[in-house]
Amino acid sequence: MSREIIKLEHIDVTFQQKKRTIKAVKDVTIHIQQGDIYGIVGYSGAGKSTLVRVINLLQVPSAGKITIDDDVIYQDGITLNAAQLREKRRDIGMIFQHFNLMAQMTAEENVAFALKHSNLSKEEKKEKVAKLLDLVGLADRAENYPAQLSGGQKQRVAIARALANDPKILISDESTSALDPKTTKQILALLQELNKKLGLTVVLITHEMQIVKDIANRVAVMQNGELIEEGSVLEIFSNPQNELTQDFIVTATGIDEAMIKINQQEIVKNLPEDSILAHLKYSGSVTDTAVINDIYKQYQVSANILHGNIEILDHTPVGELVVILSGNAANLASVQKDLEAAGVLLRILKEGGN
Amino acid sequence: MSQFIQTYLPNVYRMGWAGQAGWGTAIYLTLYMTVISFLIGGILGLIAGLLLVLTGPGGIIENRIVFQILDKVTSIFRAIPFIILLALFNPFTRLIVGTGIGPTAALVPLSLAVFPFFARQVQVVLSELDRGVIEAAQASGATFWDIVGVYLREGLPDLIRVTTVTLISLVGETAMAGAVGSGGLGNVALTYGFQRYNNDVTVLATILILILIFAIQFLGDFLTRKLSHR
Repeated sequence: MSREIIKLEHIDVTFQQKKRTIKAVKDVTIHIQQGDIYGIVGYSGAGKSTLVRVINLLQVPSAGKITIDDDVIYQDGITLNAAQLREKRRDIGMIFQHFNLMAQMTAEENVAFALKHSNLSKEEKKEKVAKLLDLVGLADRAENYPAQLSGGQKQRVAIARALANDPKILISDESTSALDPKTTKQILALLQELNKKLGLTVVLITHEMQIVKDIANRVAVMQNGELIEEGSVLEIFSNPQNELTQDFIVTATGIDEAMIKINQQEIVKNLPEDSILAHLKYSGSVTDTAVINDIYKQYQVSANILHGNIEILDHTPVGELVVILSGNAANLASVQKDLEAAGVLLRILKEGGN
Repeated sequence: MSQFIQTYLPNVYRMGWAGQAGWGTAIYLTLYMTVISFLIGGILGLIAGLLLVLTGPGGIIENRIVFQILDKVTSIFRAIPFIILLALFNPFTRLIVGTGIGPTAALVPLSLAVFPFFARQVQVVLSELDRGVIEAAQASGATFWDIVGVYLREGLPDLIRVTTVTLISLVGETAMAGAVGSGGLGNVALTYGFQRYNNDVTVLATILILILIFAIQFLGDFLTRKLSHR
């Protein structure tokens, strides 16, 4: 059933700026399955925007191969002609950080603009525009100009425009970065709904891992034009390999903020001799067993929970605990061994007495 | 009223309304030169301005050679003082309209003056439009002409604003065109007023020019406000 709808293979994008050559994207290969919500994460300048613009050839790569929906649209310098390209672009919707609506057109005119070359009759176009605005919850704002709409509403109009030609793919370039947290959640929920309802494949660029965690099922991490890590959200979150990925995840889970507060607590400052401060991370079935209870029963090691967080990523629970484990030294060592054997990642943050 | 004018503005009265030196003729000629040369120079300027943006760096049909040529031509024409342009292009004017004197002959240098002036302003207006909007249009599969349409529609209020500025400077240039015997209000102020010490004529011609300029400004501001949805 699942099918690779976007295949980017060994993509290079090079810009010539004066006498400097800038390699914005270096040998990136990404395969995106139909129906995926695929997150691409990285700091600004990482090459994310350049990479996704390659999908609809707003950015022509310097080398590589692009296959969209089984059609090769670019291969080592050979690409579509202008008419074919326009045709293909209508299969790929795109939304932007700053909405990019036409200020001199009303909401419905903005949406209708994308339908200019469709085969629908005038009445059908009108109907379609109304249907699209209804889909994004803006039926009553059809005659408003962008200046009369809030940021979230503008992005909804942009989404309606992007969906006008019933695309199979939607590219979202930092589409929530200019919005407040509440509106961000609403827009993300809408994207998720469209993904489910229409089977739309969503490619989402962001610098916030939180967003990826909330709605994506796969994620790629980019740095300096290179793809440094790629995998399912569950894999990446429960076991990030790269340092940058770990950084992103730490920011997304809020553990670093929690650690500052934890370190200020009296009990942590003066950690007793028989105690260790540990960070436990576990995912999947491990969360079903009562580990904390078991270690007390078996080794009389007590666990004082200072911070806890459990998230459901792609239907799998992933948990994180910061605990003080107290017991005699031999038992503490056994506990560590047992926990690791059970698949819990244990990291000792501080040992008592020092 | 007529009695009042006869008594206090004798020279104004003597010129009359119709006839070759009449006020009506002068007003008509000023409007004729302004409108026709704006239509010719303005269309050329709009096309040049559009091409400067479309072929310029980052434009949708980026082309270094076309851009550089247009850019230089615009700069050069923009740099030549109008009064010299009149003299410089006199042989060329003779070649295309058959005469070097009169209102129709003045249309040639006037159009040549409007074209670069307007082109630059169109270029500024259009290049200030959000690149993202053009990109969004491209992403939705727009054709070249769709995108030209987006530029014009999005830029419309500002294009009207720069049209106002251009028309106002053009009225000023029609006055200078009096130097090639073009007629019009400027010519009246200079030859019938200033050179013959008929101060009343100079003052009235000035007032009429001011009224024309304020009318253009008012209309331009009104339309800009009315059409802008930003």
